[in-house]
Amino acid sequence: MERDERRCIRCKVCVNQCTYETHYYDSEEDVIRSKDENCVNCQRCVTFCPTHTIVIRKNTNVNRENVNWTAEAVRDLKKQAESGAVILTGMGCDKPHFTYWDRLLLNASQVTNPSIDPLREPMEIRTYLGAKPDKVELETEGSRLLLRTVLAPQLCIETPIMFSAMSYGAVSLNVHKALARAATECGTYFNTGEGGLDQSLYKYGKHTIVQVASGRFGVHPKYLDAGAAIEIKIGQGAKPGIGGHLPGEKVTKNVSKTRMIPIGSDALSPAPQHDIYSIEDLRQLIYALKEATSYSKPISVKIAAVHNVAAIASGMVRAGADIIALDGVRGSTGAAPKVIRDNVGIPIELAIAQVDQRLRDEGIRNRASIVASGGIRSSADVVKAIALGADAVYVATAALVAMGCTVCQKCYTGKCPWGIATSDAWISKRLNPDIAAERLVNLLVGWSLEIKDMMGGMGINAIESLRGNRLALRGVGLTETELKILGVKMAGD
Amino acid sequence: MLQQERIDLELDENLLRKVSVDGEIYIVNAEGMYYRELNRVLRVLCRSGAKKLEIQGVCGQRYIGTDLDSTMQIVLHGTPGNDLGAFMNGPQISVHGNVQDACGNTMNEGLIVVHGCSGDLTGHSMRGGKIFIRDGVGYRVGVHMKEYQNKKPALVIGGVVQDFFAEYMAGGVAVVLGLDMGVSPKCTARFVGTGMHGGVIYTRGEIFKLGKGLKIAKAGKRDIRVIETLVREFCGYFGNSFSEIMCKQFYKITPVSKRPYEKLYT
Repeated sequence: MERDERRCIRCKVCVNQCTYETHYYDSEEDVIRSKDENCVNCQRCVTFCPTHTIVIRKNTNVNRENVNWTAEAVRDLKKQAESGAVILTGMGCDKPHFTYWDRLLLNASQVTNPSIDPLREPMEIRTYLGAKPDKVELETEGSRLLLRTVLAPQLCIETPIMFSAMSYGAVSLNVHKALARAATECGTYFNTGEGGLDQSLYKYGKHTIVQVASGRFGVHPKYLDAGAAIEIKIGQGAKPGIGGHLPGEKVTKNVSKTRMIPIGSDALSPAPQHDIYSIEDLRQLIYALKEATSYSKPISVKIAAVHNVAAIASGMVRAGADIIALDGVRGSTGAAPKVIRDNVGIPIELAIAQVDQRLRDEGIRNRASIVASGGIRSSADVVKAIALGADAVYVATAALVAMGCTVCQKCYTGKCPWGIATSDAWISKRLNPDIAAERLVNLLVGWSLEIKDMMGGMGINAIESLRGNRLALRGVGLTETELKILGVKMAGD
Repeated sequence: MLQQERIDLELDENLLRKVSVDGEIYIVNAEGMYYRELNRVLRVLCRSGAKKLEIQGVCGQRYIGTDLDSTMQIVLHGTPGNDLGAFMNGPQISVHGNVQDACGNTMNEGLIVVHGCSGDLTGHSMRGGKIFIRDGVGYRVGVHMKEYQNKKPALVIGGVVQDFFAEYMAGGVAVVLGLDMGVSPKCTARFVGTGMHGGVIYTRGEIFKLGKGLKIAKAGKRDIRVIETLVREFCGYFGNSFSEIMCKQFYKITPVSKRPYEKLYT
């Protein structure tokens, strides 16, 4: 923490804004001091300091590190030697070795077919998520054509981007409010996560996907009826195969209401859903939810992308899932053991390609839509995901960043200085849901424009033509096996 | 008669043939019916104002009682399939027969009385309502039961339970009477109450080898009052002798800590 004393006006905004108690005012000497060890580099004080007094620099005074024994590894070891506990972290995997997006490049039309200007010509990015029939039967009645096939319920999204599951309790109510409003305005959906849905947000139900996870928190008939779709959460990319522990101190009065558990009690989500030990059991829960909602809503099943994901996805489709949500190894979280976040699961790019291919090979790709998530950072990632075979994507971190998050990775402390990953009523007020919603809408509008631009450049005017269109992609710096798994050619080929 | 017309409108002839009326009781013959048809019939009857249902010849149909009006009274004859009363919000179901797995799964409100035994996962994640099982139950029963405000689920089991009983239990009351144990002093269930962080288990006799993090004590006066109320209701349904059940010492099992995993993370 570097402070330019000549600039500081002792307004104490840094003292008040820091939730980690890094800054304090020494009244005897009329000076503001810092406890550097508390700083998480969230940039809150830097942003709010009216006189640009503060600069946060990486502390170079760390243990001697080398390639294997990084400062992080050594720090974690020391922490565990003191506590004997599991090291928690927040957000998605921060290691560099998993990203394939950056090694995939998009195509564009030159000479042999014309590119399309999305500013002048219609460009279709609306997407319907849900099971599509194997064939449609039509009937003529006089001059009119009637559809005889009964269609499965669908989710209509105006842009192929939805807000991924973030539970109330892990994030503040204002975050849910902003997501709900932005989803409604943009014609897309936000996902409640497993913590239930606050009563005040039921009015956004038409743009809400409600989640049912292993803890079954807040799951009751009204909640199931409130959403446009129901998602069964089997796993998430940041912590495949393990449950979740929302500590009692985060279960405030309002969180307790939506989760339907007593104030201050731990909300423990078991690792598996105890009524799902097989594909047959998954089918049972899918149809239980369909029965509970009179077959009026698509049922999504979310899994973490793991080994054998293609075979698992095939089973999920056969179990009756209308939407398959895949979350890759870079998927984010409010809290997860660091070893799990950084070591378990596979990159989403490989999972999309494999699942899409497998379902096509088995002739059941139409029976479910694929929604991909886990480290989607830009509209280019969205386009690449769709070209690999996804129908749409979920974004979470990108949405949080749009709202103010600076990816300091301390979500698990519940003290988010930006009022996002917290259930503390006082800190939550820092996020203005109106402004946050507006910023989210801006993000989706901007991304949608970019998606249309990229599609137009490729000479594609409907997103259906991009879905699973791997010819639109080329790989760079990839091995032959990687190219084969991704189903793309080497750049230049 | 208006009601009858609505039923006629919504059900085709094949299904309509399965329904008959005896006074205010609607009788459905479920023999050979697929669960989706049966549940559709029940929903239509429910919507058209039926309050009492009797379903005969039930054989493995799933999800009975899901998505029905809260004031329904349903009597089942036969063996209902998995997820009986899943997500249920109020109906009162009485089963003359055994039930399969996940009966009362994530139930919010209502009553299930089983004149027989019940499979795995009975009362899984239930938040409210009551379940009475005359005989024994399967594995993973009462996993993650929870309570909220005035919702306090009760699960009363006349027989014994299998492994993983009340795992992750967060609230509510589970009573194991062990009436069919004969002379054996212990129930063979392993891992009872692992991860339990709320609620209470009452047992008739000290029948469990406990999982980690639990404590056991003799039931106190207040506990006995709770047990008596439930046992009286149990005897009312199944005709057991109240005094015979209550003559044995009851024990109370609770978690040592409401936050068993508090120190797990750093």
